[in-house]
Amino acid sequence: MEIKLKLNGRAITGYVEASTLLIDFLRDQGCHSVKRGCETANCGLCTVLMDGTPILSCSVLAARAAGHSIQTLEGLQEEAAEFVGFIADQGADQCGFCNPGFVMNTIALLRENPDPTDDEIRAYLAGNLCRCSGYDGQLRGIRGFLDSRKK
Amino acid sequence: MENRTYKVVGKPYRKKDSMQLLLGKSVYTDDLVPRNHLVVKLLRSPYPNAIVKEIRTDAAKKVPDVVAIYTWEDVPQTRFAIAGQTFPEPSPYDRLIIDRHVRFAGDVVAIIAAETEKAAEKAMKLIKVTYDVLEPVLDFRTAKDNPILVHPEPDWEPPCPVGGDNKRNLVASDSTEQGGVDAVMASCDIVLDRTYHTKAFNQATMETFRTYTELDRYGRLHVISSTQIVFHCRRILSRALGIPKSRIRVEKPRIGGGFGAKQTAVCEVYPAFVTWKTGRAAQLIYTREESLIAGSPRHEMQIRVRLGADKNGKIRALDLYTLSNTGAYGEHGPTTVGLSGHKSIPLYTGSLEAFRFSYDVVYTNHQSAGAYRGYGATQGIFALETTVNELAERLGMDPTVLRDRNMVKEGMIMPAYYSEPANACALDRCMEHCRRIFHWDEKYPVRDMGNGKVRAAGVAMAMQGSCISGLDVGSAALTLSDDGTYNLVIGAADMGTGCDTILAQMVAENMDCGYDDVAVFGADTDVSPYDSGSYASSTTYITGMAVEKACNQLKAQIRAVAAGMMGCAPEEVVFEGSHVRRIGSNQTVSLKDISYKAQLFNDQPVQTTATHTSPISPPPFMVGMVEIELDKETGQLTVLDYMAVVDCGTPINPALARIQTEGGIVQGIGHTLMENVTYDDRGKPMESSLMQYKLPTRLDMGRLRVEFEHSYEPTGPFGAKSIGEIVINTPAPAIAHAIYRATGVWHRELPITAEKIVFSKPE
Repeated sequence: MEIKLKLNGRAITGYVEASTLLIDFLRDQGCHSVKRGCETANCGLCTVLMDGTPILSCSVLAARAAGHSIQTLEGLQEEAAEFVGFIADQGADQCGFCNPGFVMNTIALLRENPDPTDDEIRAYLAGNLCRCSGYDGQLRGIRGFLDSRKK
Repeated sequence: MENRTYKVVGKPYRKKDSMQLLLGKSVYTDDLVPRNHLVVKLLRSPYPNAIVKEIRTDAAKKVPDVVAIYTWEDVPQTRFAIAGQTFPEPSPYDRLIIDRHVRFAGDVVAIIAAETEKAAEKAMKLIKVTYDVLEPVLDFRTAKDNPILVHPEPDWEPPCPVGGDNKRNLVASDSTEQGGVDAVMASCDIVLDRTYHTKAFNQATMETFRTYTELDRYGRLHVISSTQIVFHCRRILSRALGIPKSRIRVEKPRIGGGFGAKQTAVCEVYPAFVTWKTGRAAQLIYTREESLIAGSPRHEMQIRVRLGADKNGKIRALDLYTLSNTGAYGEHGPTTVGLSGHKSIPLYTGSLEAFRFSYDVVYTNHQSAGAYRGYGATQGIFALETTVNELAERLGMDPTVLRDRNMVKEGMIMPAYYSEPANACALDRCMEHCRRIFHWDEKYPVRDMGNGKVRAAGVAMAMQGSCISGLDVGSAALTLSDDGTYNLVIGAADMGTGCDTILAQMVAENMDCGYDDVAVFGADTDVSPYDSGSYASSTTYITGMAVEKACNQLKAQIRAVAAGMMGCAPEEVVFEGSHVRRIGSNQTVSLKDISYKAQLFNDQPVQTTATHTSPISPPPFMVGMVEIELDKETGQLTVLDYMAVVDCGTPINPALARIQTEGGIVQGIGHTLMENVTYDDRGKPMESSLMQYKLPTRLDMGRLRVEFEHSYEPTGPFGAKSIGEIVINTPAPAIAHAIYRATGVWHRELPITAEKIVFSKPE
């Protein structure tokens, strides 16, 4: 079927099957930042924004995106670049495979709550698994960014 | 101990690939490969032990867009091993690409290649298989000499003599002893005899196993794979497919996590076989379920510890017997087991009079185990450290003081560690440091919080190696580029750990240049100098020394070119980073000019390769302390604080060393409290998704604090040892200790879930 949507600010027309998942559609569109880490909505790697709200693209049909605006990390490079350097300074990017998912969710968090506490950050990102970093370095990076904004 | 200050080494530089990763660029296998490849899917056996009586693929082959279906009748009949190990591998040659005899629920029965995933999946459903279902061996404690043989085949072949016998379900067995254990044990005031059971935890790398294969412009097999072992992978494919290594090229792009999982060629042979047969590009991406049920998890082990001590807490004798479950195939079976003794017993070199370490490694009809960070040491350290904690509690001694009296110290020879020396050992300082920052004296006493919850603390020590001594080979190729910067090419595999970065830091330090003046590339068998690969904690220590050698060789080459430019002998000039100077004068030529000269009417190379190996494997050491809060009514356990002090020699990049430690601790917490690989009574795996195989989230770990005690390893680059594996070893024994303190129960089987805690009673 044909779907029309806005992808990273650009109006596009896509052709999908009824069963096509949004994650597969987005990767076919060249949005390689969208990663699959499981098939059961447990890992958070495939997080994208639909009309500004974070969703798991592995659990949404591509057809559901019709008429909506989808943003992936490809379309939010500048907003991400503001804070990801602080995470890099901690070495907390590690293998990187989970990074786009938690970076997208962090963008959503900071839009919703520009000055979150550590516990609010942990709770908001709880659905974003990371097997490498032990999570603390990611938190220190985000905290470092928030503190730098206050200076 | 050397106390030099460095310009680049010891600084927390960002990883070379950080911003690419954090901004989600296309850097992983599936991001990089062309889209018009065949999709490869594997039909897997539902039975843990069966013979394929008949397999009919005619209906499946008629599905539109299906290109090929292969069964056991189509594959080469040479057995091979998929363990990424130096030739000749200790792991037995016990696999075929597809074997008629399937040995675990998930073993491959057919390979399907189609233009689309949908067609492949449709075809899979139409393949008709009739199985001759056999009784499986599911309990590893009954596997040895069981009448049911997992590998009855006559062409089973061990490339190394490791004490295996397929007619006994035995992959390996051995025993070493020193000092007369039985006599010393008989004269001990106290002997503890305890048995522990650890499970087959999954690495659960965020990027599942995956491989892309194509024929390159020369018609050779070009493999792009998420692997830690490009060179071993090439050798494995060469044997499995029966084609020369010169016809194969293996490269790895960025890797979404390894932890040892990708030290085994888990999925490479299948798309490679498809490409070799069809000439078409092919890609196989494991689902999370496939990665969980047919991956390469940790070896399940049962470890019996006999510990003999005197009444003052002097540990005099240790006797370990490990039974290891390698599952359906023998990958890493003969080697992981060794670490359960060789990397636990030496912790007590300080007082030990005698030790014995023996083991059996058995086949069962579980998924094949493999390499996982810690590689057997994790299991052995859980067993031994828990026994030592029990000794302390039995004697009424502070367990940290007990360890002070018994631990290995710098300068000692470690008889249980192949008699290698502890050249650099700050374990005593780690203990002191950790006690201080953790406030051990305040936290060790059990505190009743008055709300049904108690707080308690536990402690453990750990060690690992820094390579496989006398075996691992690392290399570095270093070139002076034509603007005075450097290109480093390695065969080691950065899997997120940051080895590209720390090796570049070493080049910058040696060549007296900026970190950004060093570009790194790896790993590609066509381009990289030979390296065993990134495993056994060896990259910093082994490849790092190769980098140091390469730098010294390149400096000599640069001096030779410069001397020519200044019209003098190379002995008359000195390399000073940005330029070369004639000794005793102000005459210099800049590095940039030297690099241009190297490309103009020049016969002196400014490009060199160096190789390193080591007869010893200096252990890093660490101490971990944990404070928990335990709800006595529900058994719910919360990790409040985890503190660790690590001696990895010189941390080349303290930020990355810290993250390694934090990540290892959280994986260890997962193994201790929630992760498990289990099978039902018919041998079917129970954990097929991340909903069932629980990984720790941000909410499951307490506050982490990691610090370092420096030591200086004279045989390592800048005094460095290793960091990657040791860090996973302390959580299980430390948390088990804290649980005992809170409940009076020693849990000797992992994981220790809330249910187990609440339903257990003190002995």
